[in-house]
Amino acid sequence: MFRSISAKSKVNKSRRMNASCGDRVFTFLIYFFLSIFFLLVLLPLIYVVAASFSDPQAVITGKVFLWPVGFNIRGYRAVFSYHRITQGFANSFYYMILGTIINIVMTMLCAYPLSRPEFKARRILSVLILFTMIFSGGLIPLYIVVNRLGLVDTRWAMILPSAMSVWNVMIARTYISSSIPNELYEASEIDGCSPMGFFFRMVWPLSKPIIAVLVLYYGVGHWNSYFNALIFLRTPDLFPLQLVLRDILVVNKIDPTLISSAEALAARQGMQDLLKYSVIVVASLPVLLLYPFVQKHFVKGVMLGSLKG
Amino acid sequence: MRRPFRTQHYQFWLLMALPLLYLIIFHYIPLGGLVLAFKNYNARLGIFHSPNVGLTYFKQFLATPSSQRIIRNTFTLGFYSLLVGFPFPILLAVMLNEVRSKFYKKTVQMVTYAPYFISTVVMVGMLMQLFDLRNGIVNRLVVACGGNAINYFGKPELFSHLYVWSGVWQGAGYASIIYIAALSSVPPELKEAAIVDGASNFRRIWHVDLPCIASTIVMMLIFNIGAIMNIGFEKVYLMQNPANTSVSEIISTFVYRIGLKGGNYGFSTAVGLFNSLLSLVLFLIANQLSRRYSDTSIW
Repeated sequence: MFRSISAKSKVNKSRRMNASCGDRVFTFLIYFFLSIFFLLVLLPLIYVVAASFSDPQAVITGKVFLWPVGFNIRGYRAVFSYHRITQGFANSFYYMILGTIINIVMTMLCAYPLSRPEFKARRILSVLILFTMIFSGGLIPLYIVVNRLGLVDTRWAMILPSAMSVWNVMIARTYISSSIPNELYEASEIDGCSPMGFFFRMVWPLSKPIIAVLVLYYGVGHWNSYFNALIFLRTPDLFPLQLVLRDILVVNKIDPTLISSAEALAARQGMQDLLKYSVIVVASLPVLLLYPFVQKHFVKGVMLGSLKG
Repeated sequence: MRRPFRTQHYQFWLLMALPLLYLIIFHYIPLGGLVLAFKNYNARLGIFHSPNVGLTYFKQFLATPSSQRIIRNTFTLGFYSLLVGFPFPILLAVMLNEVRSKFYKKTVQMVTYAPYFISTVVMVGMLMQLFDLRNGIVNRLVVACGGNAINYFGKPELFSHLYVWSGVWQGAGYASIIYIAALSSVPPELKEAAIVDGASNFRRIWHVDLPCIASTIVMMLIFNIGAIMNIGFEKVYLMQNPANTSVSEIISTFVYRIGLKGGNYGFSTAVGLFNSLLSLVLFLIANQLSRRYSDTSIW
């Protein structure tokens, strides 16, 4: 440990001393390009937030750049008084929480047997499971199955067809087989523990780190997806937030009663823009608030996924 | 080695019962539903009793002029995404790896990962707001600099650029994580040796860093090539408008429009199957090539 640190500092020192002119230019270019990319990512985000807090007129006349002009929260008030948005919020939370719970249970149930070498069928089952990742029946056959089950236009259509992701099963399997030592299995068996007992008493509690990763993957996935809702739902009362957002942001369908008809057309246009910016911020907030805590878990998940199982 | 739990395999099956049931219902039964591609589907008769039509739908799809455009659009978007979206994260990771300041590195990583968490709907909504013809900030800046406002969403020739570069904006930071991890495991002795040999910064990257992460790069490349034909329905569908359908109609949006909206089940299943087969072939070719030339393969 000590040696590696001193070696590293020596490298750094010698590098600094020997830094040729070309190397210095090279380092400068790296910082330069990184900074440009950094700003290209950051500035649009700041702009959207700034615009959402600004006066509608200032936004459409282009006075807003990185700081709100004519600070106000009218956009947000409009967002929260819009019935469809609040209902979409509630629906999305429902799908996210129930869906994620089912996802976690299913994924762990599937991953544990696949991680045990003495379970002979695991090889053939792994192949069968991986195959679904490479080749699928596609949209129409899936729709017909879901329709036959009577799930179309019910809340279950948002949860059951995506009850488990094969990719995440593989991540969980890699974690279980690499981080829970075999000695623990042997010791448990001698103490009279069955495979099932071991799952509930050992694997489940010892898998907390991977469960955290899975909760994030699945949770964010549920919150952000609109595809299932687009295909399977008809009743607007069941729509998740993303589908409501699609109407507002992309299809440009805003309930006219939302904006008082007495206002002039220009003001209405401004108000629509403001509403859009506010809705973008509000919809991304739950995930972005979690983001600082989430970041390192996501990184962990990517690493596990990259390990060859 | 003694292996535990030798006698109680039925318990493993019991645990896996629900997941297996799920896979059968939502993955394998739809796979069987692919026979629809060869049937003239009739809801009253059911899938298996509907009349056979053989390869009619495939021929029908390949014969229409619009289908060639759709296949070309799918391939163009996928290939362009690969061409830009694949090297960019590697470049980003290599550059970040050269940064000595911890704070700077952490800040850049934190901010560039963030857009990954924005949903597709919000992403496209943002894009439409920022690039709006009259009120978008981009056109405001263009006009302020003396240019003419450009109707980004109205011009078909700009569609693929908008699609691909917004994808880079959103995904490059996140995609770079895996390469940053690979770079952090490059043995420092190699770099020290390169320094002793008088290698410049650039040469150290070219001759030490990149060869060390080559297997990661190849593996990601195989996955990405396999995904060329599978470019996301979600984003393209949202970005479609009447002005750009000539370049924005891809196979998956076509399947959705013809199948679910038009009720033409058999035909659109055939088109979807065609797409799946194409991407399976691409995936296998990429895997074979890389196995032959670099000893890296998915299996």
